[in-house]
Amino acid sequence: MSNNTKNIMIVGVGGQGSLLASKLLGRLLCNEGYDVKVSEVHGMSQRGGSVVTYVRYGDKVYSPIIDKGEADFIVSFEKLEALRYAPYLRKGGKIIVNSQEIDPMPVITGAAEYPHEALEHLSALGVDVDCIDALTPALEAGSAKATNIVLMGRLSKCLDIDKDKWIAALKESVAPKFVEMNIKAFELGRA
Amino acid sequence: MKKLMLGNEAVARGMLEAGCSIVSSYPGTPSTEITEYAAKYDEIYCEWAPNEKVACEVAFGASLAGARSACCMKHVGLNVAADPLFTLSYTGVNGGLVLCVADDPGMHSSQNEQDSRHYAKAAKLPMLEPSDAVEAKEFTKLAFALSEEYDTPVILRTCTRIAHSQCSVELEEPIAAVKKEYVKNPQKYIMAPANAIRKHPVVEERTAKLVALAENTELNKVEYAEGSSLGIITSGTCYQYVKELYGDSVSVLKLGLVNPLPTKLILDFASRVDRLVVIEELDPVIENHCKSLGLSVDGKNIFPICGEFSQSLIAKVMGLEAKEYVIPEESAPVRPPVMCAGCPHRGLFYVLAKKKITVLGDIGCYTLGSAAPLNAIDSVLCMGASVSGLHGFNKASGAEAEKKTVAVIGDSTFMHSGMTGLANIAYNGTNSTVIIVDNSITGMTGHQQNPTTGYNIKGDPATKIDLEALCHALGINRVRVVDPYDLKATEKAIVEEIAADEPSVIISRRPCALLKYVKAKPALTIEADKCRTCKACMKLGCPAISIKNGKAVIDATLCVGCGICQQLCAFGAIGGGENE
Repeated sequence: MSNNTKNIMIVGVGGQGSLLASKLLGRLLCNEGYDVKVSEVHGMSQRGGSVVTYVRYGDKVYSPIIDKGEADFIVSFEKLEALRYAPYLRKGGKIIVNSQEIDPMPVITGAAEYPHEALEHLSALGVDVDCIDALTPALEAGSAKATNIVLMGRLSKCLDIDKDKWIAALKESVAPKFVEMNIKAFELGRA
Repeated sequence: MKKLMLGNEAVARGMLEAGCSIVSSYPGTPSTEITEYAAKYDEIYCEWAPNEKVACEVAFGASLAGARSACCMKHVGLNVAADPLFTLSYTGVNGGLVLCVADDPGMHSSQNEQDSRHYAKAAKLPMLEPSDAVEAKEFTKLAFALSEEYDTPVILRTCTRIAHSQCSVELEEPIAAVKKEYVKNPQKYIMAPANAIRKHPVVEERTAKLVALAENTELNKVEYAEGSSLGIITSGTCYQYVKELYGDSVSVLKLGLVNPLPTKLILDFASRVDRLVVIEELDPVIENHCKSLGLSVDGKNIFPICGEFSQSLIAKVMGLEAKEYVIPEESAPVRPPVMCAGCPHRGLFYVLAKKKITVLGDIGCYTLGSAAPLNAIDSVLCMGASVSGLHGFNKASGAEAEKKTVAVIGDSTFMHSGMTGLANIAYNGTNSTVIIVDNSITGMTGHQQNPTTGYNIKGDPATKIDLEALCHALGINRVRVVDPYDLKATEKAIVEEIAADEPSVIISRRPCALLKYVKAKPALTIEADKCRTCKACMKLGCPAISIKNGKAVIDATLCVGCGICQQLCAFGAIGGGENE
């Protein structure tokens, strides 16, 4: 692996807005002059399934994907998905998790139990877990749909990139009428 | 200027820059966005064809007329387009013709894992394989040039990780649309035996010329590492995994022209390394070629033939140090894709499951009717197979089976390849019942228009094919329409039509709940006092309904008020929505 390549994974449930989050990150990192690769899977998995996006940046990035033990950061839009993708975290990496729980179909049908203690379990394994309720600030900003940007605000505290650059990339990534709401969501996430 | 773009967008940009002016395609993950992006350029005429065969033939016609043209499809779409493609290899082109095909190793969104490279070999066509979005644009442009220079269609092969990965691509100035003169040339374009017999040797000569090209082209790159005893031959996304792992520390032969394959180049490369390893996803195409040259190589003896590769898979096989990672003891329940809340297919499949009907299914969102808790589908094979398969099932099982079986096929899939199967039912006579689930869009691939929606790829009004009239014209007298949100009416229609002593079609019609023009009704609510936790509503497999603290509850952020669950609650516990 190229030594200075950084790996960020965005995971969640189809429909939670991970595509916008990866668009924002891709734009930001390109603006910063990095070589960037953003990889996602479209199609069947979008229909309420588990979705994952890989964002990689550095001087020269080869592989479009992130493998087990490689992610510097995982931003999970849902609690159970953090548990699913935890093995992708590198030693010393960090998971930012939205505390929201969304039942998958096996839980809905009673075939499986929702692992409510997932994060405690990960912490016990020595994983650096940063859990926040991203939905409440999103609603405060104006829409549950801004949950993704609240989480990007949280991530922004971990990356060495000026806040102004984030705001500029955000303005380039969303439609003009949603800029104000998303900036508010970003600020709340970063607070 | 640079732009972060998907591999698919880069292919579309390459078409623009190459002066391509006609693109005809059928949507299929992971190829769909090529045509969607191409449609954003005013310089390119784009369309959604009813299927890939039509798309390929439209591209042929445009090429014949002298324009640079393209058609795009997923790997299984190439099966449908194979008929024109194999003979296009004989006719060659006038304007350059590029067929873009996207393979899906790992089957993220596909019913099989076929390797399109076999088609290039079998049809004797050049095939280019880019390794990222930058090359996707570059190779697309080269493909048009090669097509005209060698008088052949050219296949551009991508895979999911190229199609759906973005990287920074340098935009270049497009050339003006290429339009050559059309000159009548029956010997070249009429592939009747007398002409085809003369053409076959021309194809073989062309292949020999392309092999010579393969020895020297910049599409095939050798990267020698001083003092490295290991030599890796690879292509496409696997090249990126190899570079990720090894950087510049091993010698690599990267093949961008994957058919035909070079001989001297490979032999020369092999002579300069001690150990030769071929790293390719899916079938051992490059490996078998190396073996045919008498080389000793490692390939599928150490690498899997199934599934996708990654840097860590290659690291493991090659004995490199593995990354450390945590393995939680608690397992995460799977989260399979599901029919959306308010999906019109749900009501239909609920009734089919309840009546214990044998359902031959098809390709689309409604394939999800096979999942728990509905478990309502018995078979899914390929586009259109529900309709033709039902006829065969009923012929084999006799008249009683006709009263217990149906085919379920979507509007777009019916236009793609359901019509001929329906004509067969009418002509060869089974009393089969075909249900067309008409959600007024091509759903699974992300909302593309089709001949039944009344709009074209640009969203402009277009001729809307009347499904009822079409089914009548195909020889079916009994055609009726139901609303799948109305469970009683749906059940009545199914019971009556499967009992009928003639073939019939039920059109289960309700637009996809995700369409922008479909307005959601207020979310329903469940009165906890009235809920007896009988779980009747849970049988629908609606993602908005779950049991919390012993009572069924509805997630207001997901519910679109379709009201199907309300029809199942015997205790009147579900209210709200339009009733308030």
